[in-house]
Amino acid sequence: MPKVTVDGQEIEVPDGATVLQACELAGKEIPRFCYHERLSIAGNCRMCLVEVKPGPPKPQASCALPATEGQEIRTDTPMVKTAREGVMEFLLINHPLDCPICDQGGECDLQDQSVAYGRGGSRYHENKRAVTEKYMGPLIKTVMTRCIHCTRCVRFSEEIAGVDEIGALYRGEDMQITTYLEQAAEHELSANVIDLCPVGALTSRPYAFEARPWELKKTLSIDVSDAVGANIRLDSRGREVMRALPRINDDVNEEWISDKARYQVDGLGKRRLDKVFMRKRGKLQPASWDEAFKAIAKQLKSDTSSIAAVAGDMVDCETMFAAKALLKACGSSLVEGRQTGMDYDVSSLSAVNFNSTFAGIENADAVLIVGSHIRWEAPLVNVRIRKAVKRGAKVFVVGPHWETTYPAEFLGNDLGVLNSLPKEVSEVFSKAERPAVIVGGAALKGAHGKALALASEWGAAFNVLHFSAARMGGLMLGFAQKGGMADLAKAAPKVLLALGADEMDFEPFADSLKVYIGHHGDRGAHAADIILPGASYAEKDGTYVNTEGRVQFAEKAVFAPGDAREDWTILRALADALKVDVGFDSFDQLQSAMIAAVPALGEEGLADYGALPKADAKAKAEGVLSAYPIKDFYLTNPIARASEVMQRCSAELLHGGELAEAAE
Amino acid sequence: MADRTPAPDTPELRDRWGGFEFTEAYREKADRAIARYPEGRQRSAVMPLLDLAQRQVGEETNTQGWLPLPVIEYVADYLDMPVIRVLEVATFYFMYNLKPVGRYHVQVCGTTPCMLRGSDGLFEACKKRGMKKGEVSEDGLWTLTEVECMGNCATAPMVQINDDNYEDLTPERLDAVLDALAKGEQPKAGTQEPGRHTSEPAGALSTLKDMVSENHDYRGDW
Repeated sequence: MPKVTVDGQEIEVPDGATVLQACELAGKEIPRFCYHERLSIAGNCRMCLVEVKPGPPKPQASCALPATEGQEIRTDTPMVKTAREGVMEFLLINHPLDCPICDQGGECDLQDQSVAYGRGGSRYHENKRAVTEKYMGPLIKTVMTRCIHCTRCVRFSEEIAGVDEIGALYRGEDMQITTYLEQAAEHELSANVIDLCPVGALTSRPYAFEARPWELKKTLSIDVSDAVGANIRLDSRGREVMRALPRINDDVNEEWISDKARYQVDGLGKRRLDKVFMRKRGKLQPASWDEAFKAIAKQLKSDTSSIAAVAGDMVDCETMFAAKALLKACGSSLVEGRQTGMDYDVSSLSAVNFNSTFAGIENADAVLIVGSHIRWEAPLVNVRIRKAVKRGAKVFVVGPHWETTYPAEFLGNDLGVLNSLPKEVSEVFSKAERPAVIVGGAALKGAHGKALALASEWGAAFNVLHFSAARMGGLMLGFAQKGGMADLAKAAPKVLLALGADEMDFEPFADSLKVYIGHHGDRGAHAADIILPGASYAEKDGTYVNTEGRVQFAEKAVFAPGDAREDWTILRALADALKVDVGFDSFDQLQSAMIAAVPALGEEGLADYGALPKADAKAKAEGVLSAYPIKDFYLTNPIARASEVMQRCSAELLHGGELAEAAE
Repeated sequence: MADRTPAPDTPELRDRWGGFEFTEAYREKADRAIARYPEGRQRSAVMPLLDLAQRQVGEETNTQGWLPLPVIEYVADYLDMPVIRVLEVATFYFMYNLKPVGRYHVQVCGTTPCMLRGSDGLFEACKKRGMKKGEVSEDGLWTLTEVECMGNCATAPMVQINDDNYEDLTPERLDAVLDALAKGEQPKAGTQEPGRHTSEPAGALSTLKDMVSENHDYRGDW
């Protein structure tokens, strides 16, 4: 722990810290462009210059200089100031003066720092450098003349995303950042380079010229596009969500979010259900709330308890609890959240939880992935596994081949391979100190028991990776029947409440009155007899539990459009129509009732699911995985399917369709 | 500076170079270059491999050689590395030609020492033969490029043609070199100054004979 002096203040810094980090610990702000906490150190912008003794009598780049015992660091001398001003002047030589038309304006590092270190005017009278725009796909807009060559985007795609596709071509003042042959950046985290770019060279294409940062209302929210529960900030103007940005949470998403989480928000304004609809003579017609409620009450007249509820993938815990309370008041307990018909054992929630935690999986030294296309099912977990591999972990995958971003060995599609793993594989795991097993949705049916047995045999952390934001919350609230959806179908309920359930099969419920409570006109709404317009995740407060059992709270950013209401109010009104008492009249009461029923939901952070159940050593894995559940990364939920940006990504990046340039 | 963008990715280019593969001889050299580095670090051999690929292209086209995109992709594939990383290297170093060049790539140094010693005259001489900067001459024989310092300032001005340096040039001496090359002869590489061997002081002492027996002070001698 070296002791250094920063501007006369003596502090102790951790071993291996850089001078820049030492200054930050001392509370000094160091301007920087290329340095980023989560990327390797490049030291090429030279903005972080400080004076260090002992050392040569010249300013030093603090980001690349290790802090050592007895250093005297000065950040406030005239030399430091002039040096930084010099760097800034050089950076601005070739930087266009186009802040008024630049999307980065207002949140631009260069703009902010030029206020502190820039000159009033330019001394440079020659022509500025101009660089042609580079195409980087449907998400990233480039204005490369603005680029200051910090190479953060290059380092991100190489180090974090693991997809080497951005590079710096040519040299010196001709240096240009581009992808190979200007192909689109094709991975699930590509848009994070927009946040990383300290200037306006890489900006968001869908958000281009839409708003200025100071016009936006910022709401803390949770992403529901997958089960990672990435912490996001929804920026809204009026009733419209303009964009989603990541928030920093080292336990969950670090500083990144997937492209889907970021860009599905334009789907919030499209294909919305904003009126009550009822199916009359085979056609969905606008109707009133009263009419709809009466129809449901009529259907349930003879037997109130003949009602079932299915929760979709993006539903918050409060909505699920309200539905469960309603059903309970009616005398039914037919609730299910696993829409696609899975029926794995949920007697112990720790057996279906990501027990390593995301931060913990980084430390694994051997990882067995069974039936999970992690890159698509949880891109941010894939980033963690990549980190583990960089630290020396070995990764084996059972399931169809997918492009990993790290070296991994595929053991074939047959889950049966788990019953007799090749010797060299089982040896790796029995010798590993911190092995981990990850079971994906595809393998829960055939290999859950066997994977559990293997994990206990190796002393490995056992993890189940879900990809529905509502899954763990639903399981905590008991949204699971023993036989899954089949039990619901067998009960043949008179009324089926589909809470944003779009992936389920409505066919077995042909004789039920299907009531869809949700926000998008998608598969569920097409099959429904009655549509009650609800709120999306951006339009209601709600609790979500991610796949590692982390309880997180999201806030309401905007109001739902038209007649749409927050889901719990719909269920509350429905209770009145059915003349039953659910025991809550406000969101607060609902939430307290929910927390009283499931105390873990009242506390943000990891829920405790107890110890893993005893594994059945005789369990056998069986079945052949022909494909993963996610067929199209960009179109996994109704919001994304409604989003033009996501459709375009799917068409262009996954299906190779030609970009409709002419339409622009 | 010369235009360094890679030759455009056209169907014709893919057609011509898509099937590029190292010949037996070049493959042997390439593998030897890779073997210099520890296993798993084969990427380190990217520079020699690009050079070998360029030479093979040169042999096939009877030029100095250049790197079409499919060849760059082949090298990336050969080393199992992302093609953008190979392209970064290929675009960084001027020794890799990204566009077709002539039989002889005449690289005239125009940096200060050479300029003071008369490199302008060398450009004139080249121009008289129909060479234009960055272009292949009509007969396909020459490509003229102005380059920065090649480290031969003691024998300025200098010209690098393919693998050889020609130093101590005057327009006439350069003409002689180029004439010889055009005829298919191999002129003497290095300094063209009669009586000079390498970069020893011209027309003055070259060996410190008096230092053999004692510590002689030469300062007064030159």
